Amino acid sequence: MNDDNSNSGGEFERERVPDSALLGSGKFWGMYAGEHAAGTEFMIGPLFLAAGASLQDLILGLLLGNFLAVLTWRFLVTPIAMAKRMTLYYQLERIAGGSLVKFYNLINGLLFCFLAGAMVTVSASAVGVPFNIAFDVPESMLGLSNPSFTALVSIVGVVIAVVAAGGYERVAQVANIAAPWMIAVFAACGIISLVQLNATSMAAITEGKFWTDAIEFVQEKNGPQTFGFWQIVVFAWLCNGAMHFGMADLSIFRFARSKASGWAPAIGMFLGHYMAWIAAALLLAALIKLTPSLALGTDGKVAANPGLLAFQALGWTGILCVVIAGWTTANPTIYRAGLAFQGVLPKSSRTAMTLVAGAVATIAGAFPNLSAQLLGFVGTYGTVLGPMGAVIFVDFYLMKKFGLRDEYATHSGIQVNVAVLIAWLLPVAIGLYLIFGQGLFAAYAVIPCWIACGVIYLVLSKFTQSSVSISQGNIR
Amino acid sequence: MNMPAKIMSLISLSAVIVPCLLYFASAIGLDAVKWAALAGTIGWFIATPIWMSRALPKDAAEVEI
Repeated sequence: MNDDNSNSGGEFERERVPDSALLGSGKFWGMYAGEHAAGTEFMIGPLFLAAGASLQDLILGLLLGNFLAVLTWRFLVTPIAMAKRMTLYYQLERIAGGSLVKFYNLINGLLFCFLAGAMVTVSASAVGVPFNIAFDVPESMLGLSNPSFTALVSIVGVVIAVVAAGGYERVAQVANIAAPWMIAVFAACGIISLVQLNATSMAAITEGKFWTDAIEFVQEKNGPQTFGFWQIVVFAWLCNGAMHFGMADLSIFRFARSKASGWAPAIGMFLGHYMAWIAAALLLAALIKLTPSLALGTDGKVAANPGLLAFQALGWTGILCVVIAGWTTANPTIYRAGLAFQGVLPKSSRTAMTLVAGAVATIAGAFPNLSAQLLGFVGTYGTVLGPMGAVIFVDFYLMKKFGLRDEYATHSGIQVNVAVLIAWLLPVAIGLYLIFGQGLFAAYAVIPCWIACGVIYLVLSKFTQSSVSISQGNIR
Repeated sequence: MNMPAKIMSLISLSAVIVPCLLYFASAIGLDAVKWAALAGTIGWFIATPIWMSRALPKDAAEVEI
């Protein structure tokens, strides 16, 4: 990729990617291989076990869900990315208007802060192991852990925020270098856990008693819970909903020379969201078998402490992996959130806004229940950001067919496309009500909100575009 | 310069994974696995930055979960 071709400070951020800058499939496979082995995997894997998922459902459900995610990247994102060759933000700006994109970016930034907060908690859990600082998950959602752990979260959060304020490139380089090693450590943790669970033969693995014993222990301590096959499928499919249904990865695939590049997320899904999740879940099962008391929080319930889990399996290497995985995920996340905040307050400095984002993330990280709710958070993240992808889909495939103007904001000069604003916020508001008010599993809301957003955008455009074209007379 | 570093990276990564397989086959103990993994980790982070300096992805600031 050639920086000299850029004319916008970034790389083709406000123009089509030229043919000379297109990339072969191999680059995408390499990138996705490292992208999805992150700190979140250490939290999400054990949460499946803690939620009561059966081993068979987990193995088959993740297989199907990840396959659907790959298909979505390949057939939904890649064709539009290759036809338009623009970033998500530039495409949205052309459709929705600059001010609305800033608002979308602000929401994105706030959600990033909570994701980074979970990673601060993950890193602190690992740093605390050698210092014997316990990781307690309080019963209340907004309850703090013990004072020592809260102090540790503050220190880790400040360090991560300060490093992020210095720029993300060095950390991104560390993340690149660490990715193959992290994948190896995840695999090693899974293999060691199988031995610790006495599951070293095919018969023992297929019988799955080691898993059902762990589930029984969790149910006894945490109360009965179920996390069924379709929940696993939908979660695996939509946990990256903002990236595929939400079209965030248009920014990546706009460089694709061939549509075959759209298959590249498969390596990230099946290494990070399959092998790594199952390996991380096995860590918790092994801890429950070997030292069940360590798996319990002060409230007597089973709590996944990523640092302790990895330490029990692989010693100091496990701790290093959790710290680096958490840090390399939290750092660019805070940086990205800082950029989003700076977009809203253009006169502020990026450093100051990154520190603000870091402070928000650190505060979020001090509430361990937020990271324990990562399964729900990731679904909510897709529900809030995913529907914007429907706007891009409808704009690309349907607007002209219905006699409407595509990229309406660019052609009309408006800063806020009301049709997009309503089409986005209305289904998302209903989705959030169902998630938080009615207890709907968050990932279930992603696709209905996506479809509703697309339909509402199309219908409202029929009215808003007509009225503006009549009043301005210069649209068509 | 790159080839020896790449070989060292490969050996280091093997030191993380191969002992686990030996442990799975009951050939070595867990302590040996942990020490080998730590040595492999140190080797990986010394050798790999020498050759793995590929350009960052276009949108490295984007966050994947």
